Amino acid sequence: MESLDLKTLELRAINATLQAEGDGSNKSFKITNPLGSHAIAVGLDAPIEVNVHGSTGYYCAGMNKQATVNVLGSVGPGVAENMMSGKVVIEGDASQYAGATAHGGLLVIKGNASSRCGISMQGIDIVVHGNIGHMSAFMAQAGNLVVLGDAGDALGDSLYEAHIFVRGDVKSLGADCVEKEMRMEHLDTLKRLLDEAGAEAEPSEFRRYGSARTLYNFDIDNAGAY
Amino acid sequence: MCGIVGLFLKDKSLEPDLGHMLTDMLVTMSDRGPDSAGIAVYRGADDGQTKITVQSPNPESDFEGLAQKLGVDVTCIDTHAIISCDQDQAPSVRARIDDMPNLRVMSSGDAIEIYKEVGLPKDVASRFDIPKLQGTHGIGHTRMATESAVTTLGAHPFSTGADQCLVHNGSLSNHNSLRRKLTRQGVRVETENDTEVAAAYLSWKMQEGANLGEALEAGIDDLDGFYTFVVGTKDGFGVLRDPIACKPAVLAETDQYVAFGSEYRALVNLPGIEAARVWEPEPATVYFWEQ
Repeated sequence: MESLDLKTLELRAINATLQAEGDGSNKSFKITNPLGSHAIAVGLDAPIEVNVHGSTGYYCAGMNKQATVNVLGSVGPGVAENMMSGKVVIEGDASQYAGATAHGGLLVIKGNASSRCGISMQGIDIVVHGNIGHMSAFMAQAGNLVVLGDAGDALGDSLYEAHIFVRGDVKSLGADCVEKEMRMEHLDTLKRLLDEAGAEAEPSEFRRYGSARTLYNFDIDNAGAY
Repeated sequence: MCGIVGLFLKDKSLEPDLGHMLTDMLVTMSDRGPDSAGIAVYRGADDGQTKITVQSPNPESDFEGLAQKLGVDVTCIDTHAIISCDQDQAPSVRARIDDMPNLRVMSSGDAIEIYKEVGLPKDVASRFDIPKLQGTHGIGHTRMATESAVTTLGAHPFSTGADQCLVHNGSLSNHNSLRRKLTRQGVRVETENDTEVAAAYLSWKMQEGANLGEALEAGIDDLDGFYTFVVGTKDGFGVLRDPIACKPAVLAETDQYVAFGSEYRALVNLPGIEAARVWEPEPATVYFWEQ
């Protein structure tokens, strides 16, 4: 495992080393002394493994493709923002807008995630072992958000076709987000995601939330609101 | 953007290092606010003296002979001077300072001193020798201006009551109407800055009998806009974020201190941070500690 120390190397040099790995690479890297720095391990495009030993700042593992990034600490805002594929695992907590706009891959947060988790998600799967903050999955378009703990205010506001599964309490649902029937295919999806995320929970303990689809088309009765 | 740092010490043995630790935190937040920087330090609360911090753009001429003129101790450092007097003398000294148009009062109280200027945080800290300051608690701010001009008086912290100060990351949208409301209550607001209005609002609430926690609770209803506030009083330290909570905030607590940073990287050099309880303060939730 190649070791990269942020106390002795520039962030750009470390990211350039990681980004230079090509399609066939399966190398492992260890990043030490992250000290809350921003944009660690961003823009990766190879099936490599990166282990970050400590807590990071903004946008850790942003735009990830193929790589597995493990953070042995907590992360700042925008972890795995716009991820395309691969896997990002956070051992601690995540700050706001974790997994925002991401198209694919799996984001696992073993602690809590704060506000706007999965905002505008477009195909990513997110599993949070703890709680999530307010306005999570706002305008979420596709993918799955699985929460083992509780959800804050306005969950799934203006939701499109993403699926939301919550085991704990939901403080309030956002506009056009409703509880929906949990069918067999949803239980299968949940079981797969819980297994992949190493989460010990039964799919049957969760409730499913989705879009009521009343905001999709213009409604003449709402004309006064425009 | 803007950067905020704060340190509230529980362990007296860290007091000699307060300025050093706060400066390190402040400089780390330079890229969040390179316009101007300021710091409030609390020390010597029980020495029976009142301190009035004043600033002048022409310190050589304005501070010369000031001690003789006022008949009190004056310590000059760069553009600031700390005027110390017995507590019972303070009202008359303050009245005479208010009559000196070249002097701007930064703060007054038993413990507070405020130093703030335009410039990079590292330069501001070195001009005022902030690393050498000891104290019980302190708050620092790096400013990227939005709501008013880049001037010394537009820099944070703002102090609008004895031993009180406030720093702010965000922007308030109802500061003009609230300024008018406060003016009708007889509260003087000196600048066009939105943050000063928030500080004056909290001072007014505390003057009406609220403690820091109650004043902050009232602020959730009366202050509109984006904010992460960190507030200091003679023996207290508070944090409040607006209900949307876009502006970042990280708190850390150990047996030795409570620390605040806009970002975690401001806290990484604090002693024992690896074992600290680190969390993001909840929106619309008041946090405060008292000695």
